[in-house]
Amino acid sequence: MVTNGQQDENPAHAAARVKMQAKKVAVFYGEAQALHDVDLDIREHTVTALIGPSGCGKSTFLRCLNRMNDVIDICRVEGRIMLDGEDINTPSLDTVHLRARVGMVFQKPNPFPKTIYDNVAYGPRIHGMTSGKSELDEVVETSLERAGLWKEVRDRLDEPGTGLSGGQQQRLCIARSIAVNPEVILMDEPCSALDPIATARIEELIDELRTNFTIVIVTHSMQQAARVSQRTGFFHLGELVEVGNTDQIFTNPDDQRTQDYITGRFG
Amino acid sequence: MSGEPDYAARLRRRHRSEMRFRFYGLLSIALAGVILVVLIGSIVLKGYSAFWQTHVRLDFAISAEQVDIDNLRETNWGGLVKATLRDMAPGVTGRRDKRKLYQFVSPNAGYDLRDAIAADPGLLGTEFSLWVKASDDIDMLTKGHLDRTLPESDRRVSDLELGWYDRFVGEGRIELRFNLDFFTTADSREPEEAGIQGALMGSFLTLLVTLALSFPVGVMAAVYLEEFAPKNRWTDIIEANINNLAAVPSIVFGLLGLAVVISLFGVPRSAPLAGGIVLALMTLPTIIIASRAALKAVPPSIREAATGLGASPHQVVMHHVLPLAMPGILTGTIIGLAQALGESAPLLMIGMVAFIVDTPTGFTDPATVLPVQIYIWADSPERAFVEKTSAAIMVLLAFLACMNATAVWLRRKFERRW
Ligand SMILES: Nc1ncnc2c1ncn2[C@@H]1O[C@H](COP(=O)(O)OP(=O)(O)OP(=O)(O)O)[C@@H](O)[C@H]1O
Ligand SMILES: [Mg+2]
Repeated sequence: MVTNGQQDENPAHAAARVKMQAKKVAVFYGEAQALHDVDLDIREHTVTALIGPSGCGKSTFLRCLNRMNDVIDICRVEGRIMLDGEDINTPSLDTVHLRARVGMVFQKPNPFPKTIYDNVAYGPRIHGMTSGKSELDEVVETSLERAGLWKEVRDRLDEPGTGLSGGQQQRLCIARSIAVNPEVILMDEPCSALDPIATARIEELIDELRTNFTIVIVTHSMQQAARVSQRTGFFHLGELVEVGNTDQIFTNPDDQRTQDYITGRFG
Repeated sequence: MSGEPDYAARLRRRHRSEMRFRFYGLLSIALAGVILVVLIGSIVLKGYSAFWQTHVRLDFAISAEQVDIDNLRETNWGGLVKATLRDMAPGVTGRRDKRKLYQFVSPNAGYDLRDAIAADPGLLGTEFSLWVKASDDIDMLTKGHLDRTLPESDRRVSDLELGWYDRFVGEGRIELRFNLDFFTTADSREPEEAGIQGALMGSFLTLLVTLALSFPVGVMAAVYLEEFAPKNRWTDIIEANINNLAAVPSIVFGLLGLAVVISLFGVPRSAPLAGGIVLALMTLPTIIIASRAALKAVPPSIREAATGLGASPHQVVMHHVLPLAMPGILTGTIIGLAQALGESAPLLMIGMVAFIVDTPTGFTDPATVLPVQIYIWADSPERAFVEKTSAAIMVLLAFLACMNATAVWLRRKFERRW
């Protein structure tokens, strides 16, 4: 439950402001179409979970939201994606700027082979967000703190980030992406490589981060989606079958396919 | 089901084949080791004596009148050496015998005398001795490469010379001394005067040009092809051609260098600049292929992480991919340079095989390189060049070892940054 005082409405029930909006998004890998006409609203300060069987296009959709698909040569995106009412595919919006606003955490922890400090400081450095060492130190500390890692690594900021455990590495990656102070954080199966305890920590963390960020998370675990998200979208064969409040999707889905999936009849 | 005995037999068979496999591996390593030891051993055995040189002590008593101290060039230094030799072996009269006597020491002995006087004019008017190099035949005699028991007509050293030699040895005038000159002089027609410095410097300058050209060009080409170039027919063609270039015989690059670098662009013949350009062309494919492999080996997750944080493609490459690939790139570069260091065929085409007595000091001076020097010496008839050849090979191997050590050091340095 939300414990933060400034959150006076429960976003699970009241419709918050729309942060990002996908309109008729279709994605092609070469000739093959991976996504068909996806319409999805992502609400501010809300955790939106994307679920669906493997290969249904969840990652593809997530990567559209900060144009990570640009780096794949054969990938072509159609339709419109809005961030605060502005089309992210307009030429005037630079991908560098977009990705500073819409950060990403990947399925496999992928810290840079640099020190813990440099991992977190990298984003602020390239975006010139801090002036001076002390300010950067502060950003690193608060980011690590928000990611729940500060206590564990405060004494060894100079050690390589790759030397941490898998769960710590994933929290380091989360710290690294919140150091840039994005508005939206995209997470692609962030817990798939982690044990239940590390998973629980990250889920807790996601719930806390919701206060300040808008979060979209892809997950294969129904329980995880139910635990951390307020809104859930169900993908199937490249289509967004259904989207709604998480409790409604899990208790009373509109579509038969959703029903089948969450009850484990396929996927 | 035949059951357990069958299974046990199969297991034993598997163990045996594993043992055999290991044994073959050990055998190959031992074979390679033996060959290496024999190779290096024979080179060292043949060549180590080149670092020593037979010297003859000459006693001089030169008055100030015999020398124009302000104009040392005008003095007949050779004549002074000859006079001393005549004193040392009295009773030599015939012209041919005299010439033999004069040839007992190196023809450059006069210059050694001049340098000694120039360094210390106080020697004039006093009696002093000077150790000068013996001629190559005498040197071979000292080192035991001449068979004294052969009949005189089959020997390079006549009975008369042997007589002088034995007397001088008795007088303590003959000594084997460390041949520092081998490292400080360039090639010479006289084996006792020939040194490796010219070729060493030539190789160094040539490789410097090669490195300066091929490393940046190779790395940039690899980075562009691997990170930025669209994957289409053109890049496929370029890639295929780079692979083809790596297989082109090196002499072809020599012909190209002759036609383009020298004839078209007017780079001086025999110069390290020309050699360096030709070797750079030869090395480029190696560096590009190695660099691309190193870039490919950088995990895509690192690229994604940086891109996801908003790094531009340029920043992704400069901050993450290139530093991570650097150890591999350096290894490839050193392999390419080591190849270039040992290359002689293309350099023969552009005139780096010339006989050059001055150590090159710049990129446009005529020069030769170590492998070509080895070839020149190996091709010379004098017995004394045999040991010089092996010594030059040792210097080449030492050069290579230094290069590899640098590569290892650089690799460590780059790896420690993370
Ligand atoms: N780089 C690519 N090139 C070609 N096809 C791709 C590429 N990435 C994904 N696809 C295809 O697009 C479809 C959707 O893939 P996507 O990775 O989005 O699935 P997903 O829902 O994330 O699956 P998972 O749950 O297994 O991660 C799949 O059919 C996949 O084969
Ligand atoms: Mg996926």
